[in-house]
Amino acid sequence: MNLMDYMAAAPEMTLLGLICVVMIADLFVENENRVITFWLSMASLLVTGVALYATAPEARTVVFYGAYVSDPLSQVLKLGAVALVGVSFLYARDYLRANDLHKGEYYLLGLFGLLGMMIMMSANSLLPMYLGLETLALSMYALVAIDRHNVTSAESAMKYFVLGAIASGALLYGISWVYGVTGSLQFHEIAAAISADPSLNNLPLWFGLAFLIVGIAFKFGAVPFHMWLPDVYQGARTPVTVYLATAPKLAALALLFRVLVDGLGGLHETWSTMIMFIAVLSILAGNFIAIAQTNIKRMLGYSTISHVGFILLAVYTGTQEGYAAALFYTLTYVVAAAGAFGIVILLSRRGYDAELLSDFKGLNARSPWFALMMLFLMFSMAGVPPFVGFLSKLYVISAVLEIGGTGLAVMMVLASVIGAYYYLRVIWYMYFEQNEDQAVLQASTETRLVLSLNSIAVLALGIVPGWLLTLCIQVIA
Amino acid sequence: MLANYLLSFLIWFPIVGGLGLLVIGDGSDTQSPQAKLMRIAALAFTTITFMASVALYLAFDNAEPGMQFVERAPWVEAFNVWYYVGVDGISAPLILLTTFITPLVVIAGWDSIKSRPAQYFAAFLILEGLMIGVFSALDGLLFYVFWEAMLIPMFLIIGIWGGERRIYATLKFFLYTFLGSVLMLVAFIYLYLQTGGFDLFGFMNVSIGMTAQKLIFLAFLIAFAVKVPMWPVHTWLPDAHVEAPTGGSVILAAIMLKMGGYGFVRLSLPIVPDGSAYFSGLMIALSLIAVVYIGFVALMQKDMKKLIAYSSIAHMGFVTLGMFLLWSIAADTGAGLGMTGAMVQMISHGLISGAMFLCVGVMYDRMHSRQIADYGGVANTMPVFAAFMVLFSMANAGLPGTSGFVGEFMVIIASFKANFWFAFLAATTLILGAAYTLWMVKRVLYGEVANDNVAKLTDLNAREFIVLAILAASVLLVGLWPAPLVDMMNTTIEQLMQQIAQSKL
Repeated sequence: MNLMDYMAAAPEMTLLGLICVVMIADLFVENENRVITFWLSMASLLVTGVALYATAPEARTVVFYGAYVSDPLSQVLKLGAVALVGVSFLYARDYLRANDLHKGEYYLLGLFGLLGMMIMMSANSLLPMYLGLETLALSMYALVAIDRHNVTSAESAMKYFVLGAIASGALLYGISWVYGVTGSLQFHEIAAAISADPSLNNLPLWFGLAFLIVGIAFKFGAVPFHMWLPDVYQGARTPVTVYLATAPKLAALALLFRVLVDGLGGLHETWSTMIMFIAVLSILAGNFIAIAQTNIKRMLGYSTISHVGFILLAVYTGTQEGYAAALFYTLTYVVAAAGAFGIVILLSRRGYDAELLSDFKGLNARSPWFALMMLFLMFSMAGVPPFVGFLSKLYVISAVLEIGGTGLAVMMVLASVIGAYYYLRVIWYMYFEQNEDQAVLQASTETRLVLSLNSIAVLALGIVPGWLLTLCIQVIA
Repeated sequence: MLANYLLSFLIWFPIVGGLGLLVIGDGSDTQSPQAKLMRIAALAFTTITFMASVALYLAFDNAEPGMQFVERAPWVEAFNVWYYVGVDGISAPLILLTTFITPLVVIAGWDSIKSRPAQYFAAFLILEGLMIGVFSALDGLLFYVFWEAMLIPMFLIIGIWGGERRIYATLKFFLYTFLGSVLMLVAFIYLYLQTGGFDLFGFMNVSIGMTAQKLIFLAFLIAFAVKVPMWPVHTWLPDAHVEAPTGGSVILAAIMLKMGGYGFVRLSLPIVPDGSAYFSGLMIALSLIAVVYIGFVALMQKDMKKLIAYSSIAHMGFVTLGMFLLWSIAADTGAGLGMTGAMVQMISHGLISGAMFLCVGVMYDRMHSRQIADYGGVANTMPVFAAFMVLFSMANAGLPGTSGFVGEFMVIIASFKANFWFAFLAATTLILGAAYTLWMVKRVLYGEVANDNVAKLTDLNAREFIVLAILAASVLLVGLWPAPLVDMMNTTIEQLMQQIAQSKL
């Protein structure tokens, strides 16, 4: 172990140090000055981002005796996660303040969760992967329950905790089988062991693989391990939902890439079939059930499930294009999700949570600008050009067609049409309906600005996608 | 120098103008000076776009069969997608039609739009740019982006400013056309994987096996048949037309329906000629059903807009009929006639149906009813209007001397060469078209003044007069002197016919 090892993990260590500083500082902050904690957290994110940028490795560096890896993929995912956590904090601040929930714990748990995500993104062995995952998961359980007087929050936190614990158990069980068969926890050694001795590619390893996939599918919220997701999205206070719905998806993607591609790439034939079933079920169930929702957070939850199906289908291909498509899809999806939940927060005010689809009625009369922004986000999620959601779907469909999956491609486009209906319903409520609620939207200038930029990004990325596509392709290569 | 960017100007100038209107908004209320300014700005943007398209017409070289005003720049390099636009004799007239109709729509909506005029005009401006984009895109993905993006403003136009059942109508419109288009996307991606790019000429030059050709043809067929619309996927159109505001109906009928026909000519025929030949019998059958059956359906309508909507479907049947006749005609006997007829019919129908919807809009603004039964004797109180409406109705029925005659006549001649019965069935439109149009005219315009509301009607104001007069002049111009239009298309159509004749297997 030498200095280089620490350099590779410098951003995480920086973040950990800063979290400690924020935690102690928060002890001395009065409730009415809680905004100090917010700004300190934002500063920590900024410093972490700079550290990430400064320590960007030129090539893949494996450190800490092979337990930790720093490569372009982890850099991109970490930068994305840092930015998304920052955006979530900003969207959350006004809401928390207005609802007497402005506690330091929100930011601290958020930062701890980010630390867990970053460890997952850089894990090169199943054990650090699991540690990162648990750091993230425990922070999220607590975040969901942050409003402890709220019954639905408490209920969904409990549900999330119990189901999450089962999924973690499944993951650990799978890890133990993989370790037992291959004799290693490190992804490259697992891969080497499988390619060196093809007889390992057999039932015991597949058995472990199945449990790993259950764990991964749970973290992603893919059908049939999706039950927690709509409940948690709905039950958590919206600032928590915006956090849950964005950055952790990037961590889940890292989990998927590291375990299935880096570690068990040799078993592609086996896991691709499992992933395909999960993906197809997610796309269909997510889109169909979303139609029946009246709660916007729940609807976006089911929509997440269907988007996860697209991401999984991209990974199912097992090609470089597929992996790049999965990365592109996830990165662009979380941007749209952050914006959509940001607008849900924007519609809320003191003592009033905008949660129902009908809260969007007549938004065009209340705020033409943010109605337009929501229109961008919804059309992007529906996959209508020129918004970026179209390109990400196109990329996935193209990757699937390339390996001869015509049936799957047709299924995907038809599912998009079904999905279009519930996104259109939001636009219909905003533009075609009237509502008595004429309350002026309350938000600080910086929230309005970032939310607008966030929404315009889905249009801008749709028109100028070249750099992000190139980045995704380079990172995967 | 400017000519190098003329097409981009035509596409982006109205879109930028529309976005500007959207951001500025219409101020405090719809009668505020700012809202008035928005109307003027919208008219200015569309008029300038029209002027620029006149420049395009003047600089257009009729003798050149290939693409003109070509612009090509890399767009998404990872997918080898290009910003590649250009026009030929097929797309240029349609672009002219688009830029010609849009200012008229803006004038027609001048004070009949009471709520959110800035958003209304912005939607039409953005729509105009996107439609021009569809007609000029030469890259498959660029084409698809324009094609789909176009749905967004139209969805809002029908949904916000439409009639009572507008939400049902606009959702049906969106989902129907979206469903149609996504399979086209799968076909495009398949072709992309074959050719390594989305270049339409690449698609046209690659050889494709028969099974793939059939599947691609069907994927395109669903997209374009919904748009045209062809029987039996036409049901969204009467709903959308009835509920849309006048301007929306005009754009839908005059231009958006033409995209289906344009898609067949630009994509289906040259990319999958063998698939097209295989399915040409089906296409002719569907077209004839549209002409005859929908003609009868139109006869029975009680709502004027619905009647015109059905008549549009019947007339668009001629377009698809003309396009798919060529395999039934011996090669040397002028197989291009059907194609030319189809193209002329598209332009002519754009003018006539737009004018008919504007006429209904004029009456609707005064009476707030589209039911034929609520009218009667309008000619007594609105003589000038009645004169215009009779002219457009005659044109709709295909009276010689109007533009409606030229295209239909060419297609009927071509179908006569193919098969007597095709011609026989096609020619029933002369009877049916006259029957449903003129019967409506009789019931609405003539006879005794039906009720007090009709008695109180006032004749056209200057704004409405200008719009209808311009359209009347153009209908007569194309009818009496179609040569400039036909000359524009001829060389391109000849080249297209040669291209289709070559098997790509």
